[in-house]
Amino acid sequence: MATNPKVNSRVKKKKYHISKRANQISPSGIRKFFDLLASMEGVISLGVGEPDYATPWHITEAAIESLQKGQTMYTSNMGMPELRQELSRYLKAEYELEYDPATELLITVGVSEALDLAMRAILDPGDEVIISDPCYVSYEPCIVLAGGKAVAVPTNEEESFELSAAEVEARVTDKTRAILIGYPANPTGAVMSRDRMAEVAEVAQRHNLLVASDEIYAKLVYGVEHTCVAALPGMKASTILLGGFSKAYAMTGWRIGYAAAPREIIAAMTKVHQYTMMCAPTMGQVAAIEALRYGEESASDMVEDYNRRRLVMVKGLREIGMPCFEPKGAFYAFPSVKTTGLTSEEFAEKLLTEEKVAVVPGSAFGQCGEGYVRCCYATSMADIEEALTRMRRFVNRYRKA
Amino acid sequence: MLKEILKILEHDARTTPKQLAAMTGVPQTEVTRLIKQAQEDRTILKYKTIVNWDKVEDEHVWALIEVKLTPEKDVGFDSMAERIYRFPQAHTVYLVSGSYDLFVLVVGKSNHEIADFVSQKLSHIEGVKETVTQFVLKRYKEDGEIVEGKEEVKRQPVML
Ligand SMILES: Cc1ncc(COP(=O)(O)O)c(C=O)c1O
Repeated sequence: MATNPKVNSRVKKKKYHISKRANQISPSGIRKFFDLLASMEGVISLGVGEPDYATPWHITEAAIESLQKGQTMYTSNMGMPELRQELSRYLKAEYELEYDPATELLITVGVSEALDLAMRAILDPGDEVIISDPCYVSYEPCIVLAGGKAVAVPTNEEESFELSAAEVEARVTDKTRAILIGYPANPTGAVMSRDRMAEVAEVAQRHNLLVASDEIYAKLVYGVEHTCVAALPGMKASTILLGGFSKAYAMTGWRIGYAAAPREIIAAMTKVHQYTMMCAPTMGQVAAIEALRYGEESASDMVEDYNRRRLVMVKGLREIGMPCFEPKGAFYAFPSVKTTGLTSEEFAEKLLTEEKVAVVPGSAFGQCGEGYVRCCYATSMADIEEALTRMRRFVNRYRKA
Repeated sequence: MLKEILKILEHDARTTPKQLAAMTGVPQTEVTRLIKQAQEDRTILKYKTIVNWDKVEDEHVWALIEVKLTPEKDVGFDSMAERIYRFPQAHTVYLVSGSYDLFVLVVGKSNHEIADFVSQKLSHIEGVKETVTQFVLKRYKEDGEIVEGKEEVKRQPVML
Protein backbone atom coordinates (compact mmCIF):
# COMPACT_ATOMS: atom_id res chain seq x y z
CA MET A 1 0.00 0.00 0.00
CA ALA A 2 1.32 3.43 -0.90
CA THR A 3 2.17 5.54 2.11
CA ASN A 4 0.97 9.07 2.31
CA PRO A 5 3.96 11.29 3.07
CA LYS A 6 1.76 13.83 4.87
CA VAL A 7 0.46 11.22 7.25
CA ASN A 8 3.90 9.80 7.58
CA SER A 9 5.50 13.03 8.69
CA ARG A 10 3.06 13.35 11.55
CA VAL A 11 3.99 9.96 12.89
CA LYS A 12 6.21 10.27 15.91
CA LYS A 13 9.86 9.80 14.97
CA LYS A 14 10.79 6.24 15.68
CA LYS A 15 13.54 5.59 18.19
CA TYR A 16 15.97 2.93 17.20
CA HIS A 17 18.13 0.97 19.49
CA ILE A 18 21.74 1.44 18.54
CA SER A 19 24.21 -1.01 19.96
CA LYS A 20 26.66 0.00 22.65
CA ARG A 21 29.41 -1.19 20.36
CA ALA A 22 28.44 1.19 17.58
CA ASN A 23 27.96 4.01 20.06
CA GLN A 24 31.40 3.39 21.42
CA ILE A 25 33.02 4.80 18.35
CA SER A 26 32.59 8.44 17.43
CA PRO A 27 31.89 9.66 13.93
CA SER A 28 34.88 10.89 12.01
CA GLY A 29 36.12 14.21 13.35
CA ILE A 30 35.68 16.05 10.11
CA ARG A 31 32.06 15.28 9.39
CA LYS A 32 31.15 18.97 9.50
CA PHE A 33 33.68 19.80 6.83
CA PHE A 34 31.95 17.47 4.45
CA ASP A 35 28.74 19.43 4.96
CA LEU A 36 30.38 22.83 4.74
CA LEU A 37 32.28 21.85 1.64
CA ALA A 38 29.23 20.49 -0.08
CA SER A 39 27.66 23.95 0.01
CA MET A 40 30.67 25.84 -1.34
CA GLU A 41 32.07 26.52 -4.78
CA GLY A 42 35.62 27.15 -5.88
CA VAL A 43 37.17 25.23 -3.03
CA ILE A 44 40.65 23.82 -3.50
CA SER A 45 40.78 20.65 -1.52
CA LEU A 46 43.97 19.47 0.09
CA GLY A 47 41.73 17.30 2.20
CA VAL A 48 41.66 14.29 -0.05
CA GLY A 49 43.34 11.04 0.78
CA GLU A 50 43.77 9.48 -2.60
CA PRO A 51 45.75 9.85 -5.81
CA ASP A 52 44.56 12.41 -8.36
CA TYR A 53 45.25 9.97 -11.16
CA ALA A 54 42.73 7.70 -12.71
CA THR A 55 43.87 4.07 -12.57
CA PRO A 56 46.50 3.39 -15.27
CA TRP A 57 44.63 2.40 -18.39
CA HIS A 58 46.25 -1.01 -18.86
CA ILE A 59 44.87 -1.99 -15.47
CA THR A 60 41.38 -0.70 -16.20
CA GLU A 61 41.47 -2.32 -19.62
CA ALA A 62 42.36 -5.72 -18.13
CA ALA A 63 39.29 -5.48 -15.90
CA ILE A 64 37.05 -4.42 -18.78
CA GLU A 65 38.21 -7.38 -20.79
CA SER A 66 37.42 -9.74 -17.92
CA LEU A 67 33.94 -8.26 -17.63
CA GLN A 68 33.36 -8.72 -21.34
CA LYS A 69 34.35 -12.33 -20.95
CA GLY A 70 31.78 -12.68 -18.22
CA GLN A 71 34.19 -12.99 -15.34
CA THR A 72 31.54 -11.70 -12.97
CA MET A 73 31.21 -14.46 -10.38
CA TYR A 74 32.53 -14.86 -6.85
CA THR A 75 36.12 -15.93 -6.55
CA SER A 76 37.61 -18.26 -3.98
CA ASN A 77 37.11 -16.81 -0.49
CA MET A 78 40.80 -16.15 -0.11
CA GLY A 79 41.00 -14.45 -3.48
CA MET A 80 41.88 -15.62 -6.98
CA PRO A 81 44.75 -18.12 -6.93
CA GLU A 82 46.55 -16.20 -9.69
CA LEU A 83 46.42 -13.05 -7.63
CA ARG A 84 47.77 -14.76 -4.53
CA GLN A 85 50.48 -16.29 -6.70
CA GLU A 86 51.44 -12.89 -8.12
CA LEU A 87 51.38 -11.38 -4.66
CA SER A 88 53.62 -14.09 -3.31
CA ARG A 89 56.04 -13.46 -6.16
CA TYR A 90 55.88 -9.73 -5.54
CA LEU A 91 56.62 -10.01 -1.81
CA LYS A 92 59.53 -12.29 -2.56
CA ALA A 93 60.95 -9.92 -5.16
CA GLU A 94 60.39 -6.82 -3.07
CA TYR A 95 61.40 -8.02 0.40
CA GLU A 96 62.78 -11.55 0.06
CA LEU A 97 59.71 -12.74 1.95
CA GLU A 98 58.21 -16.15 1.23
CA TYR A 99 54.49 -16.44 1.74
CA ASP A 100 52.58 -19.52 0.73
CA PRO A 101 49.83 -18.35 -1.61
CA ALA A 102 47.55 -21.14 -0.47
CA THR A 103 47.65 -20.51 3.26
CA GLU A 104 49.42 -17.28 4.14
CA LEU A 105 47.80 -14.70 1.89
CA LEU A 106 44.29 -13.34 1.96
CA ILE A 107 42.82 -10.91 -0.56
CA THR A 108 40.54 -8.37 1.11
CA VAL A 109 38.31 -5.42 0.36
CA GLY A 110 41.07 -2.88 0.73
CA VAL A 111 43.43 -2.55 3.64
CA SER A 112 40.34 -1.32 5.46
CA GLU A 113 38.87 -4.78 5.61
CA ALA A 114 42.22 -6.46 6.24
CA LEU A 115 42.67 -4.23 9.26
CA ASP A 116 39.24 -5.08 10.61
CA LEU A 117 39.80 -8.80 10.07
CA ALA A 118 43.19 -8.70 11.71
CA MET A 119 41.81 -7.07 14.85
CA ARG A 120 38.85 -9.42 14.98
CA ALA A 121 41.09 -12.41 14.54
CA ILE A 122 43.52 -11.61 17.34
CA LEU A 123 41.64 -9.65 20.01
CA ASP A 124 39.56 -10.77 22.95
CA PRO A 125 37.52 -8.34 25.00
CA GLY A 126 39.80 -6.07 26.97
CA ASP A 127 42.93 -6.83 24.96
CA GLU A 128 45.11 -3.86 24.24
CA VAL A 129 46.70 -2.72 21.01
CA ILE A 130 49.38 -0.07 20.93
CA ILE A 131 49.03 2.58 18.25
CA SER A 132 50.83 5.82 17.51
CA ASP A 133 49.35 9.25 18.04
CA PRO A 134 48.67 10.76 15.55
CA CYS A 135 47.66 7.91 13.29
CA TYR A 136 45.21 6.95 10.59
CA VAL A 137 41.64 7.42 11.78
CA SER A 138 40.52 3.82 11.34
CA TYR A 139 42.94 2.18 13.70
CA GLU A 140 41.23 2.91 16.97
CA PRO A 141 37.66 2.19 15.79
CA CYS A 142 38.77 -1.13 14.30
CA ILE A 143 40.38 -2.10 17.60
CA VAL A 144 37.35 -0.99 19.60
CA LEU A 145 34.86 -2.76 17.33
CA ALA A 146 36.85 -5.94 17.82
CA GLY A 147 36.43 -5.56 21.58
CA GLY A 148 39.91 -4.25 22.20
CA LYS A 149 41.34 -1.10 23.64
CA ALA A 150 43.69 1.24 21.80
CA VAL A 151 46.65 2.52 23.77
CA ALA A 152 48.22 5.52 22.10
CA VAL A 153 51.91 6.28 22.11
CA PRO A 154 52.59 9.95 21.53
CA THR A 155 54.92 10.85 18.70
CA ASN A 156 56.19 14.29 17.87
CA GLU A 157 57.71 16.43 15.20
CA GLU A 158 61.09 16.60 16.96
CA GLU A 159 61.37 12.83 16.50
CA SER A 160 60.01 13.02 12.94
CA PHE A 161 56.78 11.40 14.14
CA GLU A 162 58.57 8.06 14.42
CA LEU A 163 57.48 5.63 17.05
CA SER A 164 59.92 5.28 19.95
CA ALA A 165 60.54 1.72 21.10
CA ALA A 166 61.01 2.86 24.68
CA GLU A 167 57.68 4.68 24.66
CA VAL A 168 56.04 1.59 23.23
CA GLU A 169 57.61 -0.68 25.78
CA ALA A 170 56.51 1.60 28.62
CA ARG A 171 52.91 0.94 27.62
CA VAL A 172 53.08 -2.82 27.34
CA THR A 173 50.88 -4.59 29.90
CA ASP A 174 49.83 -8.20 30.28
CA LYS A 175 46.77 -7.29 28.20
CA THR A 176 48.80 -6.06 25.23
CA ARG A 177 48.37 -8.24 22.15
CA ALA A 178 49.74 -6.23 19.34
CA ILE A 179 51.34 -3.06 18.04
CA LEU A 180 49.44 -1.56 15.11
CA ILE A 181 51.62 0.71 13.03
CA GLY A 182 51.30 2.45 9.71
CA TYR A 183 54.43 3.79 8.06
CA PRO A 184 54.79 5.63 5.70
CA ALA A 185 52.21 7.43 7.75
CA ASN A 186 48.91 9.07 7.20
CA PRO A 187 48.61 11.93 8.30
CA THR A 188 52.25 12.93 8.88
CA GLY A 189 54.08 11.49 5.89
CA ALA A 190 56.63 10.10 8.33
CA VAL A 191 58.72 7.06 7.42
CA MET A 192 60.28 4.86 10.10
CA SER A 193 63.99 4.31 9.67
CA ARG A 194 65.09 0.70 9.57
CA ASP A 195 66.86 1.03 12.91
CA ARG A 196 63.88 2.51 14.67
CA MET A 197 61.60 -0.08 13.19
CA ALA A 198 63.97 -2.83 14.31
CA GLU A 199 63.87 -1.44 17.85
CA VAL A 200 60.09 -1.55 17.88
CA ALA A 201 60.21 -5.07 16.46
CA GLU A 202 62.51 -6.08 19.29
CA VAL A 203 60.02 -4.82 21.84
CA ALA A 204 57.35 -6.88 20.12
CA GLN A 205 59.49 -9.99 20.26
CA ARG A 206 60.55 -9.44 23.83
CA HIS A 207 56.92 -9.27 24.93
CA ASN A 208 55.57 -11.80 22.47
CA LEU A 209 53.39 -9.26 20.70
CA LEU A 210 52.18 -9.26 17.15
CA VAL A 211 52.92 -6.34 14.88
CA ALA A 212 50.09 -5.44 12.54
CA SER A 213 51.74 -3.28 9.93
CA ASP A 214 49.68 -1.17 7.54
CA GLU A 215 52.04 -0.70 4.63
CA ILE A 216 49.62 0.73 2.14
CA TYR A 217 52.03 3.58 1.32
CA ALA A 218 55.06 1.28 1.00
CA LYS A 219 55.79 2.36 -2.56
CA LEU A 220 55.32 6.05 -1.88
CA VAL A 221 58.67 6.97 -0.40
CA TYR A 222 61.00 9.73 -1.52
CA GLY A 223 64.72 9.29 -1.32
CA VAL A 224 64.51 6.82 1.56
CA GLU A 225 63.77 3.14 1.79
CA HIS A 226 60.63 1.66 3.17
CA THR A 227 61.24 -0.96 5.82
CA CYS A 228 58.82 -3.84 5.70
CA VAL A 229 58.37 -5.04 9.27
CA ALA A 230 57.89 -8.65 8.27
CA ALA A 231 61.23 -8.63 6.50
CA LEU A 232 63.18 -7.74 9.64
CA PRO A 233 65.11 -10.71 11.03
CA GLY A 234 62.79 -13.12 12.81
CA MET A 235 59.72 -10.91 12.37
CA LYS A 236 57.76 -12.79 9.73
CA ALA A 237 56.22 -15.09 12.33
CA SER A 238 55.11 -12.12 14.43
CA THR A 239 53.80 -9.82 11.73
CA ILE A 240 50.46 -9.30 10.07
CA LEU A 241 51.43 -7.42 6.96
CA LEU A 242 48.62 -5.36 5.47
CA GLY A 243 49.05 -4.03 1.99
CA GLY A 244 47.00 -2.66 -0.80
CA PHE A 245 46.63 -1.30 -4.25
CA SER A 246 44.68 1.88 -3.55
CA LYS A 247 47.55 4.33 -3.30
CA ALA A 248 50.46 2.89 -5.29
CA TYR A 249 48.39 2.09 -8.38
CA ALA A 250 45.72 4.77 -8.00
CA MET A 251 43.09 2.10 -7.40
CA THR A 252 41.10 3.41 -4.43
CA GLY A 253 37.73 2.63 -5.96
CA TRP A 254 38.55 -0.96 -6.83
CA ARG A 255 38.67 -1.92 -3.19
CA ILE A 256 41.47 -4.47 -3.13
CA GLY A 257 43.96 -5.09 -0.37
CA TYR A 258 45.59 -8.06 1.27
CA ALA A 259 46.94 -9.57 4.43
CA ALA A 260 50.08 -11.67 4.63
CA ALA A 261 50.54 -13.48 7.93
CA PRO A 262 51.22 -16.81 9.62
CA ARG A 263 48.73 -19.45 8.48
CA GLU A 264 46.81 -19.70 11.78
CA ILE A 265 46.12 -16.00 11.68
CA ILE A 266 45.18 -16.02 8.00
CA ALA A 267 42.89 -18.98 8.72
CA ALA A 268 41.12 -17.04 11.46
CA MET A 269 40.86 -13.91 9.31
CA THR A 270 39.57 -15.97 6.41
CA LYS A 271 36.78 -17.37 8.55
CA VAL A 272 35.50 -13.89 9.37
CA HIS A 273 36.01 -12.73 5.80
CA GLN A 274 34.19 -15.76 4.43
CA TYR A 275 31.03 -15.01 6.39
CA THR A 276 31.06 -11.24 6.19
CA MET A 277 32.45 -10.56 2.73
CA MET A 278 32.58 -13.85 0.76
CA CYS A 279 35.33 -12.47 -1.41
CA ALA A 280 36.89 -9.25 -2.63
CA PRO A 281 35.39 -7.81 -5.83
CA THR A 282 36.25 -10.02 -8.79
CA MET A 283 36.95 -7.25 -11.28
CA GLY A 284 39.16 -5.54 -8.74
CA GLN A 285 41.15 -8.72 -8.29
CA VAL A 286 41.67 -9.00 -12.04
CA ALA A 287 42.87 -5.41 -12.06
CA ALA A 288 45.21 -6.14 -9.16
CA ILE A 289 46.80 -9.04 -11.05
CA GLU A 290 47.49 -6.72 -13.95
CA ALA A 291 48.90 -4.10 -11.57
CA LEU A 292 51.31 -6.60 -10.02
CA ARG A 293 52.38 -7.99 -13.37
CA TYR A 294 52.77 -4.82 -15.38
CA GLY A 295 52.09 -1.85 -13.13
CA GLU A 296 55.60 -1.12 -11.91
CA GLU A 297 56.32 1.61 -14.43
CA SER A 298 53.05 3.47 -14.02
CA ALA A 299 53.46 3.30 -10.27
CA SER A 300 56.98 4.71 -10.32
CA ASP A 301 55.98 7.48 -12.74
CA MET A 302 53.32 8.55 -10.28
CA VAL A 303 55.77 8.47 -7.38
CA GLU A 304 58.16 10.70 -9.35
CA ASP A 305 55.38 13.15 -9.89
CA TYR A 306 54.24 13.12 -6.27
CA ASN A 307 57.79 13.88 -5.29
CA ARG A 308 57.84 17.08 -7.37
CA ARG A 309 54.66 18.23 -5.75
CA ARG A 310 55.90 17.23 -2.32
CA LEU A 311 58.93 19.48 -2.75
CA VAL A 312 56.78 22.39 -3.90
CA MET A 313 54.28 21.92 -1.10
CA VAL A 314 56.80 21.65 1.72
CA LYS A 315 58.93 24.54 0.48
CA GLY A 316 55.81 26.62 -0.07
CA LEU A 317 54.43 25.95 3.39
CA ARG A 318 57.71 26.86 5.03
CA GLU A 319 57.91 30.07 3.01
CA ILE A 320 54.48 31.24 4.09
CA GLY A 321 55.33 30.78 7.74
CA MET A 322 54.01 27.30 8.38
CA PRO A 323 56.90 25.24 9.72
CA CYS A 324 56.71 21.83 8.14
CA PHE A 325 58.56 18.68 8.99
CA GLU A 326 59.89 16.96 5.88
CA PRO A 327 57.54 14.13 4.98
CA LYS A 328 59.44 11.30 3.33
CA GLY A 329 56.48 9.16 2.39
CA ALA A 330 52.78 8.92 1.49
CA PHE A 331 51.36 12.12 -0.06
CA TYR A 332 50.72 14.35 2.91
CA ALA A 333 52.46 17.34 4.40
CA PHE A 334 51.77 18.04 8.05
CA PRO A 335 52.58 21.69 8.74
CA SER A 336 52.27 23.38 12.10
CA VAL A 337 49.61 26.07 12.55
CA LYS A 338 51.15 27.41 15.73
CA THR A 339 52.22 30.74 14.24
CA THR A 340 48.56 31.63 13.83
CA GLY A 341 47.59 30.94 17.42
CA LEU A 342 44.62 28.94 16.18
CA THR A 343 43.78 25.38 17.07
CA SER A 344 44.02 23.01 14.14
CA GLU A 345 40.26 22.77 13.94
CA GLU A 346 39.80 26.56 14.00
CA PHE A 347 42.51 26.87 11.40
CA ALA A 348 40.87 24.35 9.09
CA GLU A 349 37.42 25.82 9.51
CA LYS A 350 38.46 29.44 9.03
CA LEU A 351 40.73 28.59 6.14
CA LEU A 352 37.85 26.86 4.43
CA THR A 353 35.30 29.62 4.97
CA GLU A 354 37.65 32.55 4.44
CA GLU A 355 39.96 31.31 1.71
CA LYS A 356 38.22 28.24 0.38
CA VAL A 357 41.05 25.82 0.95
CA ALA A 358 40.20 22.52 2.60
CA VAL A 359 42.73 20.86 4.87
CA VAL A 360 42.17 18.30 7.61
CA PRO A 361 42.78 19.31 11.23
CA GLY A 362 45.53 17.23 12.78
CA SER A 363 43.40 16.69 15.86
CA ALA A 364 41.24 14.31 13.81
CA PHE A 365 44.19 11.88 13.99
CA GLY A 366 44.81 12.05 17.72
CA GLN A 367 45.75 14.51 20.44
CA CYS A 368 49.31 14.77 19.20
CA GLY A 369 47.98 15.94 15.85
CA GLU A 370 46.73 19.11 17.53
CA GLY A 371 48.60 22.12 16.26
CA TYR A 372 48.97 20.67 12.77
CA VAL A 373 46.89 20.26 9.65
CA ARG A 374 47.12 17.61 7.00
CA CYS A 375 47.62 18.86 3.45
CA CYS A 376 47.47 16.29 0.69
CA TYR A 377 49.66 17.22 -2.25
CA ALA A 378 48.20 14.63 -4.63
CA THR A 379 46.55 17.43 -6.54
CA SER A 380 47.50 19.51 -9.56
CA MET A 381 50.50 21.79 -9.36
CA ALA A 382 48.27 24.73 -10.25
CA ASP A 383 45.98 23.95 -7.33
CA ILE A 384 48.90 23.55 -4.96
CA GLU A 385 50.24 26.94 -5.96
CA GLU A 386 46.86 28.63 -5.68
CA ALA A 387 46.24 26.97 -2.32
CA LEU A 388 49.60 28.23 -1.07
CA THR A 389 48.77 31.77 -2.22
CA ARG A 390 45.49 31.67 -0.34
CA MET A 391 47.12 30.15 2.72
CA ARG A 392 49.80 32.82 2.71
CA ARG A 393 47.09 35.49 2.91
CA PHE A 394 45.39 33.58 5.68
CA VAL A 395 48.51 33.01 7.74
CA ASN A 396 49.53 36.67 7.42
CA ARG A 397 46.13 37.68 8.70
CA TYR A 398 46.33 35.49 11.78
CA ARG A 399 49.99 35.55 12.50
CA LYS A 400 50.50 36.29 16.15
CA ALA A 401 52.07 39.67 16.83
CA MET B 1 68.83 16.50 -13.17
CA LEU B 2 68.56 17.75 -16.75
CA LYS B 3 66.46 14.71 -17.53
CA GLU B 4 64.09 15.48 -14.66
CA ILE B 5 63.76 19.08 -15.86
CA LEU B 6 63.15 17.95 -19.44
CA LYS B 7 60.47 15.51 -18.30
CA ILE B 8 58.64 18.29 -16.51
CA LEU B 9 59.00 20.71 -19.43
CA GLU B 10 57.88 18.12 -21.95
CA HIS B 11 54.70 17.81 -19.93
CA ASP B 12 54.26 21.56 -19.42
CA ALA B 13 56.58 23.89 -21.31
CA ARG B 14 55.31 26.86 -19.35
CA THR B 15 56.79 25.66 -16.07
CA THR B 16 58.98 28.54 -14.93
CA PRO B 17 62.55 28.16 -13.69
CA LYS B 18 61.28 29.15 -10.26
CA GLN B 19 58.70 26.37 -10.32
CA LEU B 20 61.23 23.90 -11.71
CA ALA B 21 63.58 24.78 -8.88
CA ALA B 22 60.84 24.13 -6.33
CA MET B 23 59.84 20.87 -7.99
CA THR B 24 63.33 19.44 -8.20
CA GLY B 25 65.16 21.02 -5.30
CA VAL B 26 67.80 22.33 -7.74
CA PRO B 27 68.76 26.02 -7.28
CA GLN B 28 67.02 28.31 -9.74
CA THR B 29 70.26 29.62 -11.23
CA GLU B 30 71.31 26.06 -11.99
CA VAL B 31 67.93 25.32 -13.57
CA THR B 32 68.27 28.36 -15.79
CA ARG B 33 71.78 27.36 -16.79
CA LEU B 34 70.75 23.80 -17.66
CA ILE B 35 67.84 25.00 -19.77
CA LYS B 36 69.93 27.55 -21.59
CA GLN B 37 72.51 24.92 -22.39
CA ALA B 38 69.86 22.45 -23.54
CA GLN B 39 68.43 25.08 -25.85
CA GLU B 40 71.84 25.88 -27.26
CA ASP B 41 72.81 22.30 -27.96
CA ARG B 42 69.30 21.64 -29.34
CA THR B 43 68.35 19.10 -26.71
CA ILE B 44 65.33 21.34 -26.36
CA LEU B 45 64.21 21.87 -29.94
CA LYS B 46 61.27 24.17 -29.48
CA TYR B 47 58.38 25.05 -27.17
CA LYS B 48 54.93 24.74 -28.70
CA THR B 49 51.28 24.52 -27.88
CA ILE B 50 49.08 21.53 -28.59
CA VAL B 51 45.97 22.96 -30.17
CA ASN B 52 42.63 21.34 -30.67
CA TRP B 53 42.02 22.89 -34.08
CA ASP B 54 38.53 21.48 -34.21
CA LYS B 55 37.54 24.17 -31.70
CA VAL B 56 38.38 26.99 -34.07
CA GLU B 57 37.51 27.44 -37.68
CA ASP B 58 40.39 25.89 -39.40
CA GLU B 59 40.83 24.82 -42.97
CA HIS B 60 43.90 22.72 -42.40
CA VAL B 61 43.98 19.22 -43.76
CA TRP B 62 46.36 16.55 -42.58
CA ALA B 63 47.62 13.49 -44.40
CA LEU B 64 49.94 10.63 -43.56
CA ILE B 65 52.05 9.70 -46.55
CA GLU B 66 53.92 6.45 -46.84
CA VAL B 67 56.93 6.90 -49.05
CA LYS B 68 58.89 4.06 -50.61
CA LEU B 69 62.40 4.91 -51.71
CA THR B 70 64.82 3.33 -54.11
CA PRO B 71 68.22 3.63 -52.54
CA GLU B 72 70.61 4.90 -55.13
CA LYS B 73 74.32 4.72 -55.33
CA ASP B 74 75.94 7.48 -53.32
CA VAL B 75 72.60 8.81 -52.13
CA GLY B 76 71.60 7.59 -48.71
CA PHE B 77 68.18 7.68 -47.06
CA ASP B 78 69.26 10.70 -45.07
CA SER B 79 69.79 12.94 -48.04
CA MET B 80 66.61 11.72 -49.74
CA ALA B 81 64.76 12.40 -46.50
CA GLU B 82 66.28 15.86 -46.37
CA ARG B 83 64.89 16.73 -49.78
CA ILE B 84 61.50 15.93 -48.35
CA TYR B 85 61.73 17.40 -44.85
CA ARG B 86 62.95 20.72 -46.21
CA PHE B 87 59.43 21.34 -47.52
CA PRO B 88 57.48 23.32 -44.94
CA GLN B 89 54.44 21.19 -45.74
CA ALA B 90 56.20 18.20 -44.20
CA HIS B 91 55.27 18.46 -40.55
CA THR B 92 56.87 15.25 -39.32
CA VAL B 93 59.27 12.92 -41.14
CA TYR B 94 60.47 9.58 -39.82
CA LEU B 95 62.52 6.77 -41.34
CA VAL B 96 60.66 3.61 -40.45
CA SER B 97 61.00 -0.14 -40.71
CA GLY B 98 58.41 -2.20 -42.54
CA SER B 99 56.75 -2.07 -45.91
CA TYR B 100 57.71 1.53 -46.66
CA ASP B 101 60.62 3.77 -45.76
CA LEU B 102 59.52 7.26 -44.83
CA PHE B 103 56.55 8.29 -42.80
CA VAL B 104 55.64 11.85 -43.76
CA LEU B 105 52.92 13.80 -42.00
CA VAL B 106 51.81 16.64 -44.26
CA VAL B 107 49.68 19.70 -43.52
CA GLY B 108 47.87 21.60 -46.21
CA LYS B 109 45.03 24.05 -46.70
CA SER B 110 42.93 21.58 -48.68
CA ASN B 111 42.90 18.04 -50.00
CA HIS B 112 43.74 19.61 -53.29
CA GLU B 113 46.85 21.29 -52.02
CA ILE B 114 48.08 18.06 -50.49
CA ALA B 115 47.33 16.11 -53.65
CA ASP B 116 49.31 18.70 -55.58
CA PHE B 117 52.20 18.50 -53.16
CA VAL B 118 52.34 14.75 -53.55
CA SER B 119 52.01 14.64 -57.31
CA GLN B 120 54.02 17.77 -58.16
CA LYS B 121 56.73 17.66 -55.56
CA LEU B 122 57.07 14.46 -53.61
CA SER B 123 56.77 11.93 -56.39
CA HIS B 124 59.29 13.85 -58.52
CA ILE B 125 62.03 13.64 -55.98
CA GLU B 126 64.80 11.39 -57.11
CA GLY B 127 64.58 8.01 -55.44
CA VAL B 128 60.93 8.25 -54.48
CA LYS B 129 59.45 5.08 -55.87
CA GLU B 130 55.93 5.06 -54.55
CA THR B 131 53.65 7.05 -52.27
CA VAL B 132 50.43 6.18 -50.50
CA THR B 133 48.44 9.12 -49.17
CA GLN B 134 46.05 8.74 -46.26
CA PHE B 135 43.96 11.74 -45.28
CA VAL B 136 43.30 12.25 -41.59
CA LEU B 137 39.57 12.13 -40.83
CA LYS B 138 39.55 12.64 -37.12
CA ARG B 139 42.12 13.28 -34.43
CA TYR B 140 41.60 11.35 -31.23
CA LYS B 141 44.88 11.98 -29.50
CA GLU B 142 47.49 14.60 -30.19
CA ASP B 143 50.99 14.41 -28.75
CA GLY B 144 49.82 12.33 -25.82
CA GLU B 145 46.74 14.46 -25.16
CA ILE B 146 43.26 13.12 -25.65
CA VAL B 147 41.57 15.64 -27.95
CA GLU B 148 37.97 15.33 -26.93
CA GLY B 149 35.99 13.97 -24.05
CA LYS B 150 38.82 13.75 -21.56
CA GLU B 151 37.00 13.79 -18.29
CA GLU B 152 38.14 15.32 -15.06
CA VAL B 153 38.61 12.74 -12.39
CA LYS B 154 36.08 13.48 -9.68
CA ARG B 155 37.18 12.85 -6.13
CA GLN B 156 35.52 13.21 -2.79
CA PRO B 157 36.77 16.58 -1.57
CA VAL B 158 37.67 15.33 1.90
CA MET B 159 38.68 11.85 2.93
CA LEU B 160 40.59 10.58 5.87
C1 LIG C 1 47.05 4.51 6.36
C2 LIG C 1 45.90 4.00 5.57
N1 LIG C 1 45.52 2.72 5.69
C3 LIG C 1 44.48 2.23 5.02
C4 LIG C 1 43.73 3.02 4.16
C5 LIG C 1 42.55 2.40 3.45
O1 LIG C 1 43.00 1.80 2.29
P1 LIG C 1 42.10 0.85 1.35
O2 LIG C 1 41.62 1.70 0.23
O3 LIG C 1 43.06 -0.21 0.89
O4 LIG C 1 41.00 0.31 2.18
C6 LIG C 1 44.10 4.35 3.98
C7 LIG C 1 43.32 5.22 3.10
O5 LIG C 1 43.34 6.42 3.18
C8 LIG C 1 45.20 4.85 4.70
O6 LIG C 1 45.59 6.12 4.57
